[in-house]
Amino acid sequence: MDYATLLQVLDSSIRLATPLLLACLAGLYSERAGVFDIGLEGKMLIAAMTSASVAAIYGSVWLGLVAGVLASMAFALIHGVASITFRGNQLISGVALNFVAAGITVLIAQHLFGQGGRTPSLEGAARFLPIDLPLAGAFASVPVVGTLYAEVISGHSLLVYAAALLVPLTAFVLYRTRYGLRLRAVGENPASVDTAGVSVRNLRYSAVLITGVLCGLAGVYLACALQAGFGRDMTAGRGYIALAALIFAKWRPWHALWACLLFGFFQALALRPDVVETVTFMKVPVPFLDALPYMLTVIVLAGLVGKAIPPRAGGEPYVKER
Amino acid sequence: MADPAFAIELKGISKAFGPVQANKDINIAVPKGTIHGIIGENGAGKSTLMSILYGFYKADAGEIFINGRLTAIPDSQAAIRAGIGMVFQHFKLVQNFTVLENIILGAEDGPLLNTSLAKARKALADLSREYELDVDPDALVEDLSVGHQQRVEILKALYRQADILILDEPTGVLTPAEADHLFRILRGLKEQGKTVIIITHKLREIMEATDNVSVMRRGTMVGHVSTDETSPEALAEMMVGRKVLLHVDKGDAHAGETVLKVEDLRVRDDARVERLKGVSFELRAGEILGIAGVAGNGQSELLAALGGIQRATGKVTLKGADLPLSGAGANGRARRDAGIGHIPEDRQTLGLIMDFTAWENIAFGYHNEPKYQKNALVMDNAAIRADTEAKMATFDVRPPIPTLPAKSFSGGNQQKIVVAREMESDPDVLLIGQPTRGVDIGAIEFIHKQIIALRDAGKAILLVSVELDEIMSLSDRIAVMFDGRLMGFRDPASTNERELGLLMAGITGEAA
Repeated sequence: MDYATLLQVLDSSIRLATPLLLACLAGLYSERAGVFDIGLEGKMLIAAMTSASVAAIYGSVWLGLVAGVLASMAFALIHGVASITFRGNQLISGVALNFVAAGITVLIAQHLFGQGGRTPSLEGAARFLPIDLPLAGAFASVPVVGTLYAEVISGHSLLVYAAALLVPLTAFVLYRTRYGLRLRAVGENPASVDTAGVSVRNLRYSAVLITGVLCGLAGVYLACALQAGFGRDMTAGRGYIALAALIFAKWRPWHALWACLLFGFFQALALRPDVVETVTFMKVPVPFLDALPYMLTVIVLAGLVGKAIPPRAGGEPYVKER
Repeated sequence: MADPAFAIELKGISKAFGPVQANKDINIAVPKGTIHGIIGENGAGKSTLMSILYGFYKADAGEIFINGRLTAIPDSQAAIRAGIGMVFQHFKLVQNFTVLENIILGAEDGPLLNTSLAKARKALADLSREYELDVDPDALVEDLSVGHQQRVEILKALYRQADILILDEPTGVLTPAEADHLFRILRGLKEQGKTVIIITHKLREIMEATDNVSVMRRGTMVGHVSTDETSPEALAEMMVGRKVLLHVDKGDAHAGETVLKVEDLRVRDDARVERLKGVSFELRAGEILGIAGVAGNGQSELLAALGGIQRATGKVTLKGADLPLSGAGANGRARRDAGIGHIPEDRQTLGLIMDFTAWENIAFGYHNEPKYQKNALVMDNAAIRADTEAKMATFDVRPPIPTLPAKSFSGGNQQKIVVAREMESDPDVLLIGQPTRGVDIGAIEFIHKQIIALRDAGKAILLVSVELDEIMSLSDRIAVMFDGRLMGFRDPASTNERELGLLMAGITGEAA
């Protein structure tokens, strides 16, 4: 395999890792606050459909972005009401929202556009276009480092860079701010927060809404940047892969980045069976490559990569004890 | 206007949970700069009262005066602002945070942590010096002993500038030495003009640590006395409403031959950590062997291994026959068949099924016995119910209604159901874990009498308790457990609390 091919695979890894990373960080906020969220998938899906529809109708990707994020936040709010206010089962609520999203997205898209549940292809201002970073053209001629910069780092859409910046931002919020301290505390022992005179409910709602925003970005990215429009079930289990990555990362932001890049790399390999063949000197069946990221997910979830201890109060509604 | 000489004055506080009147017209006045005890049986309403004071519950009626000023306390934040700090029985700490992080949680100075942490570090150093409250600010809470965790809770309150410190059952998890240290800290706080309230059901620490004491019974305040002018007996009578025998009357033991022989018993937990590190002892018929120790030093594992519900290694013989410690023969039923009864430490998880009725619970573990069967397929529920009624009468379970679910009984009566089931099955060996945890004084007296009666009937009894008083008054021999080992045997007649307390902290005679 030559260097150019490697760069292509890495470039595609980054593009594919981005929605995973956004969803993974989304889950991190919610789960660190003690609210398990299996509904990342559904929120991405509803955001993808909403953003693509709005962008297609109004011709503006920014309107699509806002609409997609709002749709995802609405789903997050439902999850919050069910699991925080009504102390329902968080897994059931998440699963239910996933089912609702899978059905309603196709229904609405079909109603709006009549194209079998797809949205029309997005073009021009209705889509996030690649951005060339400064000096990418100039560096392109510099061997190795320059081409890496021009081919892999530069030339992605705005949301890819936003996702990358969210990693240090999240780490900062989590470990260096008052909000982060309280967020981690409420996921470990909500009674400690409650007795300190801080509202457990407000903290958890805020975390769940942040999850909504980030899942929204992930969905918008899928429909308006990675692809050019919404198609049924286009998330293809990315919400669950993001959850696996979150466990793999042991609920830490920097580790989440590496975990998502790994998953993204496997997804990129599935797109290039020719590359796999040249590297391994054997013909690997394409379905096997397609299944690789999901197999990795199962391996991660089976705990074969070390013991991951979730936030101790995760999944438990907070009830004041007598 | 109330008297500003009182740090706290409550007037006419009432609180009901549905039909249950937890607090009824409570009046109490706590003078500034004193240590005040509030004593009462479980369910007397002490914790409810303090939760009202800390803003957890809103009283249905009544007024709260802090330093003479009428104060509304709608939430914990308001209580903290009013200068009230609370140390709960179950600590409210984040286990994987450092001491410092726990202390600033909720009391940060700004949106960024750096300045808060630096300020807290300095304040912590000052507080530690002033009050003998040494803890490493950078240690993770999960690595600290319970005694140190409690100090973190006290520091948390002091960091929030609490003038009034409330401690709920503060010595439940402490060794006697740790408790003494705590009392020293509290006296130090008092000297600095702080007001301390201790909620407890233990008479000893009331007598030892407080200036005044208020007694609660069934949601009402039954009296206030100066500690100097009262006695444990008088307080117990006020708590229960009748005369109570605090000391157990028992004759000499007539120990017979060895029934249970335990050699080098070892248990590993799920994380492969050794919890029981080679325990050996002999238990004879007609004696009570008491195992003292701070909770979590392997007592639970010892009971579980002997009771057949935890795998172990070593050798255990019952009347000369080997008992399997792992594999198919090691289970609760096999042990019962072999003649080992087990009153588990935690009646709510191991002793009873809380949603099931009393008669179902009475049959559990013994449900295969012929007397409970109608024929090969069908159980004789009527027989079980009749049997339950008889047992409830013998053991004074109130109310004596077999069809009531276990959770509807008070803690003491739940425990009596378990005790009745295990004692009436006539075991050769009875394992008893924490027989009186969360049990009212009246019921304690009753259960103690039953244990003595069983001993006098020639049964071998292994008694595990974290209550040193209980161990000392019931046992014929005492062994102290520390870090998964027995620290030697003592004769209750010739030992004392100090010696046992040192053993409980892992300090043997030579080192002390």
